[in-house]
Amino acid sequence: MALLEIDKLSLSFGGLRAISELDLTVSDNEIVSIIGPNGAGKSSVFNVISGVYLPTDGDVRLDGQSIVGYKPHTIACKGIARTFQSLRLFQNLSVKENVKAATYGNTKASPVESILRLPRARREEREVDALAGEVLSFFGERLAGYRWDQPAYALSYANRRRLEIARALATRPRLLMLDEPAAGMNPNETHEIAELIGRLRDELSLAILVIEHDMHVVEGISDRVVALDHGVKITEGSFDAVATHPAVVEAYMGRDPEALAEA
Amino acid sequence: MTEDPDQPGADSDATSEGRSARGDSIGVDQWVAQSGDRHDHGAGWRRALTQADARVGWWPRLALVTIAGLIFAQISSNVNIQTVAFNGLLYALLAMGLNIAVGWSGLLDLGYIAFFGFGAYGYAIFSSTALGTAGVGGTHLPAIESILIVVAAAGVVGVVVGLIALRLSGDYFAIVTLFLGQAFVLAVNNVDAGTLGGVNGLFALDPLHSFGVKVITPLGYYYVALGVCVVVAAVLHLLDTSRTGRAWRALNDDPLAAEAMTMSVNKLKVMAFSFAGMVGALAGTLFAAQQDSVFPTNFTANILILIYACLVLGGVGSIAGAILGGLVVTVAENMLSSPTDAAYLFYGLIIIALIAKVRPWRSLGYVIAGVIAFGYATHAIVGAIAPVATAGNPGSPGWIGSVMNGFVIVPKNPQNFGNALYLALIVGLVAIVRLRGIKQLIAVIITIYVAACCWESRLIVNPAITTQIMLGAILIVTMAARPYGLLGKHRVETI
Repeated sequence: MALLEIDKLSLSFGGLRAISELDLTVSDNEIVSIIGPNGAGKSSVFNVISGVYLPTDGDVRLDGQSIVGYKPHTIACKGIARTFQSLRLFQNLSVKENVKAATYGNTKASPVESILRLPRARREEREVDALAGEVLSFFGERLAGYRWDQPAYALSYANRRRLEIARALATRPRLLMLDEPAAGMNPNETHEIAELIGRLRDELSLAILVIEHDMHVVEGISDRVVALDHGVKITEGSFDAVATHPAVVEAYMGRDPEALAEA
Repeated sequence: MTEDPDQPGADSDATSEGRSARGDSIGVDQWVAQSGDRHDHGAGWRRALTQADARVGWWPRLALVTIAGLIFAQISSNVNIQTVAFNGLLYALLAMGLNIAVGWSGLLDLGYIAFFGFGAYGYAIFSSTALGTAGVGGTHLPAIESILIVVAAAGVVGVVVGLIALRLSGDYFAIVTLFLGQAFVLAVNNVDAGTLGGVNGLFALDPLHSFGVKVITPLGYYYVALGVCVVVAAVLHLLDTSRTGRAWRALNDDPLAAEAMTMSVNKLKVMAFSFAGMVGALAGTLFAAQQDSVFPTNFTANILILIYACLVLGGVGSIAGAILGGLVVTVAENMLSSPTDAAYLFYGLIIIALIAKVRPWRSLGYVIAGVIAFGYATHAIVGAIAPVATAGNPGSPGWIGSVMNGFVIVPKNPQNFGNALYLALIVGLVAIVRLRGIKQLIAVIITIYVAACCWESRLIVNPAITTQIMLGAILIVTMAARPYGLLGKHRVETI
């Protein structure tokens, strides 16, 4: 059984169908990429899975159990973490606090325990501290040392993208959803991110669902690629098969005018 | 701050990592991050002082402040000053509570004043004859018990109201809480006068008494307020650095992301609203006990604005800022109600602002010389043309008044003249902000003179109005110099 199963998922905003009858699965240790032109409904899929939108129809199951209707924070606690396409860090919190804040749902100490620094609060704080160090160490020098105590707003763009991933990791996910992790990065950084995504899968045994426009990244990391257009799944399979599929080419390039004339 | 931390490529390998690895020089990122500090703290001894300051932990600071408070109690013998100090601590406490909702969680809670009133009335009910028959009997719990009951009840009310109000967010939440706050005042105004006092309020409350100790003197209440403030500050600091505080600050920055990162935003908001209410109610109980009575007028929107002023002046989001803001606003307000002190404050602030802002020193000399020359010249000319225009006396008492006599223009009937000058003063202030160079210096000279005339002919004469105006002016000037409050952290909004 796959870790994430999406079954005939539909999402409408009034008359607009953002997603139509989408089927999608992600298994443990698998990297699945979603591609498609702008407005294809890629981010909407993420928003439905993470509980921001309620689907009009269909089901989303994690480990066989439906997660439709749960609040986003409950879904995050169940093991689905995400990043945002438009960066949404806690700007005024330090790098380390950003990561530590994401452990809220997985810690239990009540305010009274925290104020009195009772054993459970102390233990959790130690664990959270260690987890933050561990998660940030994935990024090597990039988010190390003096940067820990810097507010997030002082980070460079690429480091903010990295911190978003680190923060998502701190929720201890089983499925990680990355919304355009390489957007706005230079070729070096893009390469680094692609490598990192592979490492996350290998070292943390995560299932990873990626939305990405950079086809080099998609080609380099994906076990499977899903192409969407107008909320409909056009095709699915290996990168090579999807990239050369006529419907995908058409979605991105439009129809060949000559072929159109002949038809 | 003109540096843009968003500069793309600020983190390119060659510059940042390469240099920081060598040790001495710093990376681009770090340089950008520190630019705010450099801007705020300058270099040399100021920088060294700031760094030393950063090494001191939170509890030695709190201990130092406590000791300062105790020393103040030992050397102060004036009952009025002790009462002002109590009020300062009371506002500090109120601002600290408001900070939980407004500063940390970003909830614009305009109904906060109702919790203050709830605490005060709660204490009154448990510690007076209000619930007895015809002024006898009633409930007289020991202070500790009644305070605990009232604060706990405020927490429950906070949860209930929070659950309703927090279905709305942003401005809508603010409006609903404002309505609830005003509803409280209306309610206590219109309750049965026989039991809860109505417009007449409740009086003859028991003083704070527990374990055989009765607090009666102003100094005693000062000690109680000091103790409560210190404990609340410590508790709030410990909360701020815990998972709850982190989550509050996170949801303030981005509620949607907080929700996606396992934080139950609604629960956290209700909690913040309720905690703020509990601190407000605690302050209310102290207020009621010290004042010995409660009236509906103690909990109007004016007081709410004053509490907000404390928090904003001190720095939203900072516990130390809330305390400092509470003390500064209370002391300033009190000084402004006495003509002599108000004059000191008024002219003192002008001189401080000049010294702090006018550079180089040569310009400062020009301005002072200019004001004196311009003043006496204007007075002489106006006096020669129309003697009646300078026939009045300066409003300031004592030596300031005699110095100002012959300098400022005060007509025989200064009312309308003062009002006109007040408008001129506003125009002058705008001119100072808009103009540059020599024109600005001239505008400064004229505006200071107009301010002095306006002060002597109108503002000082009517202390009730002056207090509000001056307090507003102090706030504006301080906020212009330190946009994030006296002790506030530099906050930014970026994409």
